[in-house]
Amino acid sequence: MNDPLMIDGVTLGSRLIMGTGGAPSLDGLGAALAASGTELTTVAMRRYSPEVGGSLFALLEEQQIRVLPNTAGCFTARDAVVTAELAREALETDWVKLEVIADEQTLLPDPLELAEATETLVGKGFKVFAYTNDDPVLARRLEQLGVAAVMPLGAPIGTGLGILNPHNIELIVSRAEVPVVLDAGIGTASDAALAMELGCDAVLLATAVTRAQDPVKMARAFKHAVAAGRLASQAGRIPRRQHAMASSAMEGRPDL
Amino acid sequence: MTAMRPPSRHVAVVGGGIIGLAIAWAAVGRGHRVTLIDPSPASGATYAAAGMLAPVSELHYREESLLDLTLASAWMYRKFTSDVEDASGLETGYLAAGTLVAGVDAADRQALADLRAAQLELGLEVQELSTREARRMEPMLGPQLTGAFLIPDDHQVDPRAFAAALLAALQAGVRVEIVRTAAVGLLYGNAEDDGVTRDAIRHGTGTCGMDDGDWDDGGMVTGVRLADGSRIDADEVVLANGLGAASMDGLPDGLELPLRPVYGDILRLRAPQQLQPLVTRTVRAVVRGFPVYVVPRSDGTVVIGATQREDGSDALSAGGVYQLLRDAQTVVPAVAELELLEAVCRARPGTPDNAPLLGGCRRTDGADVPGLIVATGFFRHGVLLAPVAAAICADLLDGVTPDVDIEPYRPDRFRHGSTVPGNLSDLQRSQP
Repeated sequence: MNDPLMIDGVTLGSRLIMGTGGAPSLDGLGAALAASGTELTTVAMRRYSPEVGGSLFALLEEQQIRVLPNTAGCFTARDAVVTAELAREALETDWVKLEVIADEQTLLPDPLELAEATETLVGKGFKVFAYTNDDPVLARRLEQLGVAAVMPLGAPIGTGLGILNPHNIELIVSRAEVPVVLDAGIGTASDAALAMELGCDAVLLATAVTRAQDPVKMARAFKHAVAAGRLASQAGRIPRRQHAMASSAMEGRPDL
Repeated sequence: MTAMRPPSRHVAVVGGGIIGLAIAWAAVGRGHRVTLIDPSPASGATYAAAGMLAPVSELHYREESLLDLTLASAWMYRKFTSDVEDASGLETGYLAAGTLVAGVDAADRQALADLRAAQLELGLEVQELSTREARRMEPMLGPQLTGAFLIPDDHQVDPRAFAAALLAALQAGVRVEIVRTAAVGLLYGNAEDDGVTRDAIRHGTGTCGMDDGDWDDGGMVTGVRLADGSRIDADEVVLANGLGAASMDGLPDGLELPLRPVYGDILRLRAPQQLQPLVTRTVRAVVRGFPVYVVPRSDGTVVIGATQREDGSDALSAGGVYQLLRDAQTVVPAVAELELLEAVCRARPGTPDNAPLLGGCRRTDGADVPGLIVATGFFRHGVLLAPVAAAICADLLDGVTPDVDIEPYRPDRFRHGSTVPGNLSDLQRSQP
């Protein structure tokens, strides 16, 4: 792969970032991660303890997958900052996927808390990957606050509804100078391909793989979908037309 | 068959949870002398467990091959518990009442319907109910259900009662000794010595394994060392001490038991007289993606569980308790009227492929380690699998090949710390 993703000076060979939530077994998760080809995987620091031996962290280390700790389960900026600091201490990484959730029903990001936590964490030297709404204005504001990547949602976490507002995602991408990672809402392979076609730099997903009936097969599907969408976004698609246009022109054909 | 029965031997069972107790009981039944070692029997995962015997509703995708064990054990339950009840004079709470499964939103229903298709394909019985039928069977179910299913073959036992009955049955026997101390390490001797030099402690205080050069070809496990420094010599040692098995001193060469704690919060409540019975059979539900169950006991109490946490905290989680009550109340609104008697948290011993570590061990060169049987890592299925684990261990003690193929559960299958993707699922995939 000679089209690597660069984030914060780090080169990643795969544009598929995986989450770990919802995996039925460690082995199953390991197999799915291997099949996905991911080189970066996010872990909820509130749900997995790095101190527990033989856990998820050992698995990631073994597969040489970089860990992106996240603040899932945090509802206030304060919670998120504390969680990020614990993660930095435990895992020795400045990277953090910042999630500040508004409420349990929607699991949507709380924009005000998110902006505040971003400002604090950037000030403390963190490389913030901000999980945000599909709001071009908020995405821009987060970038101005100094995030390493913006991660707009396609749809609420775990819904599998796909990309509900492709126009906004496109708008976010067109104005962003940091990488844009589509995060959350992915249901199946075509959703991930669409995200890449819209110009996202990477796709992050968990449930779509971990809760699939055959996670390994689904992970493989996503690996191909992300690569396909990336190629399509670079290949220059044809314009959409109202009327048909034959693929071979009629001129010069013998009149039989 | 009596004439062919192998000679009676002394078996040290380390761990007095439901698995260790059942193994001890089965070993006594085969005529062996048993020493059960546990500082506090039935106080770990057994103390928390709800006791669902649910091979059908507990089916998970890619773990279908576990059915070999779970179905076999479910079948054994009726006789196993009645034997224990006869011997102890105590109840075990075995109840063959079936299990009702319900979903709360459209996606929950879809997930359960998809799972039912897989269950039917495997020959398991899952009857589809209308929500009206479900509420006729269980009038306390809330009106919010989107779909319901009846699983006639998923039953229940009361693990605390069952463990107490097993312990009483064991104590009633003359060939059983209960030692209330922790075992900390394995002791080794040489097979050729026929027990004469069994005091050779092969490994001192290290964490696990031995130096390669340290191992005699005939090295066999000959007993266990206790926390107080004393020892118990035995012909066979069965490690059934859950998570504790991984930290025993002197595990055989290169053997790592990849156990991790998966914590569960679980509640016990009592229904006031006018609300009894709250439900007449186990009710399991998926509530907006979260699983919850309500298991009724004959004394009017119910068990509501259970979370699965890997956050490293053995303390009862407020968020966990909240989630359980919230979801249980959605399924059975009257849960809000109950008296909350107890909330506890215990660790389940989890393994990388969610299957137990069960059977004898091999050394790196493939030779068996004589005198040692491992029976741990039962994760969510400890109570369900107790009878089959006991039968398998008893067969191994007698040198008989168990009815169930236990090769996939070999305790040394993760050697070299390898979490090679999907042992069980690979097996499954290779089948047509």
